[in-house]
Amino acid sequence: MVRLILSKLLYLVPTFLGITIIAFSFVRILPGDPVLLMAGERGVTPERHAELSAQLGYDKSVVLQYFDFLWRLLQGDLGHSLVTKKPVMDEFLALFPATVELGLCAILLATLIGVPVGVLAAIKRGSWFDQVSMTTALVGFSMPIFWWGLLLIIFFSGILGWTPVSGRISLMYYFPDVTGFMLIDSLLSGQSGAFTSAVRHLILPSVVLATIPLAVIARQTRSAMLEVMGEDYVRTARAKGMPSRRVIGVHALRNAMIPVITTIGLQVGVLMAGAILTETIFSWPGIGKWMIDSIARRDYPVVQSGLLLVAALVMIVNLLVDLTYGLINPRIRNK
Amino acid sequence: MKTLFVLASAALAMTAVTAQAKTFVYCSEASPEGFDPAPYTAGGTFDASAHPIFNRLTEFKKGTTEVEPGLAESWEVSEDGTEYTFKLRQGVKWHSNETFTPTRDFNADDVIFSYDRQGNAENPWHQYIPGITYEYYTSMAMPDLIKSVEKIDDYTVKFTLNQPEAPFLANIAMPFASIVSKEYADALDAAGTREDLNNLPIGTGPFKFVAYQKDAVIRYTKNTEYWGTPAIIDDLIFAITPDAAVRLQKLKAGECHLMPYPAPADIEAIRTDPNLTLEEQAGLNVGYLAYNTTQAPFDNPVVRKALNMAIDKNAIVDAVFQGAALPAKNPIPPTMWSYNDAVEDDAYDPEAAKAMLEEAGVTDLSMKIWAMPVQRPYMPNARRTAELMQEDLAQVGVEVEIISYEWGEYLAKSMEAGRDGAVMLGWTGDNGDPDNFLSVLLSCDSAGEGGANRAFWCNEEFSALLKDAKVTADPAERTALYEQAQVIFKEQAPWFTIAHSTQYVPMSNKVSGFKMSPLGDFTFETVDIAE
Repeated sequence: MVRLILSKLLYLVPTFLGITIIAFSFVRILPGDPVLLMAGERGVTPERHAELSAQLGYDKSVVLQYFDFLWRLLQGDLGHSLVTKKPVMDEFLALFPATVELGLCAILLATLIGVPVGVLAAIKRGSWFDQVSMTTALVGFSMPIFWWGLLLIIFFSGILGWTPVSGRISLMYYFPDVTGFMLIDSLLSGQSGAFTSAVRHLILPSVVLATIPLAVIARQTRSAMLEVMGEDYVRTARAKGMPSRRVIGVHALRNAMIPVITTIGLQVGVLMAGAILTETIFSWPGIGKWMIDSIARRDYPVVQSGLLLVAALVMIVNLLVDLTYGLINPRIRNK
Repeated sequence: MKTLFVLASAALAMTAVTAQAKTFVYCSEASPEGFDPAPYTAGGTFDASAHPIFNRLTEFKKGTTEVEPGLAESWEVSEDGTEYTFKLRQGVKWHSNETFTPTRDFNADDVIFSYDRQGNAENPWHQYIPGITYEYYTSMAMPDLIKSVEKIDDYTVKFTLNQPEAPFLANIAMPFASIVSKEYADALDAAGTREDLNNLPIGTGPFKFVAYQKDAVIRYTKNTEYWGTPAIIDDLIFAITPDAAVRLQKLKAGECHLMPYPAPADIEAIRTDPNLTLEEQAGLNVGYLAYNTTQAPFDNPVVRKALNMAIDKNAIVDAVFQGAALPAKNPIPPTMWSYNDAVEDDAYDPEAAKAMLEEAGVTDLSMKIWAMPVQRPYMPNARRTAELMQEDLAQVGVEVEIISYEWGEYLAKSMEAGRDGAVMLGWTGDNGDPDNFLSVLLSCDSAGEGGANRAFWCNEEFSALLKDAKVTADPAERTALYEQAQVIFKEQAPWFTIAHSTQYVPMSNKVSGFKMSPLGDFTFETVDIAE
């Protein structure tokens, strides 16, 4: 197991280096530069442009800039935002918990609903439940997030008034950030009703963000289950007269879980992409919206370091997923 | 920080008990870049910093672009217009926060500090955050204009200018010229927390800053010691909501009281909603199409005029602006003083246009029209506008190719000498002075590199009028000069003037006392909410 972890970690080094190059070049490939965008319609003289570029450190060659970026990165310095002038790490840490909280709720929702639905659809293959759930999943998978979020807001918040429109908690509650996780902080604040308000604010964005992963997980679980249930050992187990619940729950599901866990792990990347839109619609102060704003303003340090942090996060989650295989499947563990 | 939160929560808890406490929630559009007004340029940032928290020597009278006394009670201008002596208001209290309690009132040291830190690269506060720049101070030409700022006594300050500048009093009413506390800066210096000048602002304005949760909420509380008329509401909250449709839903659900920038498509629904009020006002802006007047055949005013006559302006206002705009005939909007209403717009007349083009010897003309890739306050859909122009111009035998670039590229390439084609763009006024439109966009000085004169139009007579107006103190004389300049503009037709778009502010029926600003600012010291 230690060996497995070490070999996986070794892979991370070149991957991470590759990501630094991609993150660094991505924002520079985009046309336009931060100085021009700041000047807007007013324009900027070539002298002032050069002066500002120099002040921001963008007058050096791109290669030099890259090594500068790498060198600072090794020292743990992610740079300062060109717009807010604040350290990128500070901004990231202030916004990251909101994204994690929303992402965790979404992935939990997607898994807790997606896996049972997939299993049930597989068992009752061809039934009306199978057809309805899989068609719904297909629709969910193709859902344009922005439109879907707005639709839910208009229906549940606007017409029915069941849920708040946007934000993380009602504005009447006000307490310090302790962990940055609103569910925890609202409990710690001891203000009555704060926790309930935080939960109510989480419902719609979680549903919206969970929609695509839920669809993927349900379909993946169904097909993995179907495959496993056709295997000899399942048939043998049934032939032995083992109760159906045990055959499905222990023999089939456990084996079907490997591709499903891979899928769930991969959904973290999908979640980050979905977070960009979900956070914008629900005025959710997370890193998805932060990245979009920064790309629009060509805030190079934020985009490159933000991408790097997000990529690192996805890598770590995938590593954890890889390690989970080992826990579930002894053959991988002992390889 | 924690004590601050505890105090503030206690204050909020107490206000929750007293039934009269009023909390006003504004669904703002964008997060502020920071709270020091000097280094930033975005209107949304100023709404969160300069307007609620700070004051300036001069202020714009609410709802107008008229300049009135602010932190300066009165001023005297020397004969030659180069010396401004300001008498400062006494007894103006600075805000306090957890780490700072002022020991003195506002005085001349604060004024000197606020200007010197922007204009003097040697000032230790010039670069208090690495990479900080003062773009408004620079672009309003303050470094060239201000020769010195001197303290005469604690309540008298003298500005000496290098040349007379009529719009000076309006310029220093702009957000970048907000007065910050020298004493607070010194305290931050001593504590080694200089960035807090930008994070935990201390001002003299109608609201005190309480807290900012990035990208989510900004909280303010009423400044009970305010020198002017104190605010009516007790607490002011900005709920940052980037999406226009979501802002409207929040407004409808009662989660906020007022919102900026509704989507044009929602205007009708807002108007008919019995719980909402829609205020509107002609915007201080202009959208235009600038010809490259240095290239044949567009160097010929007759050709430009003919093209202008070939485009159906009203159709653009109806289709693109959905009626929410005034067709533009002058480069400045009608809400601005010195607007010359006597100027007659070129009539839409394709037949006459065709004849004029033929007479000028222009046949089989093909040209490019540049359409911005983004929506701007003065232009909701540039692409659609360009398509309408394309159709109209085809009627007079002019073939149009529509091109576009990414926004940053667009801004840069459109200013390149020898640019091929006419560029669509616009402008929103900074300070209500006609010079801020005419000189910036159409003078000879701004026709070169780094300027904003995208027609590259240099008319000596026109520019001379602007120069005269700039150094003339008498408003009546200035008005006459600008009116004359607008006549020349119309004759020479360097632009096809498109429209002045209307601004809309939807708010709850419970809100009263909100004053729309022609400059597009959102300020809340005059608002009240009915329970």
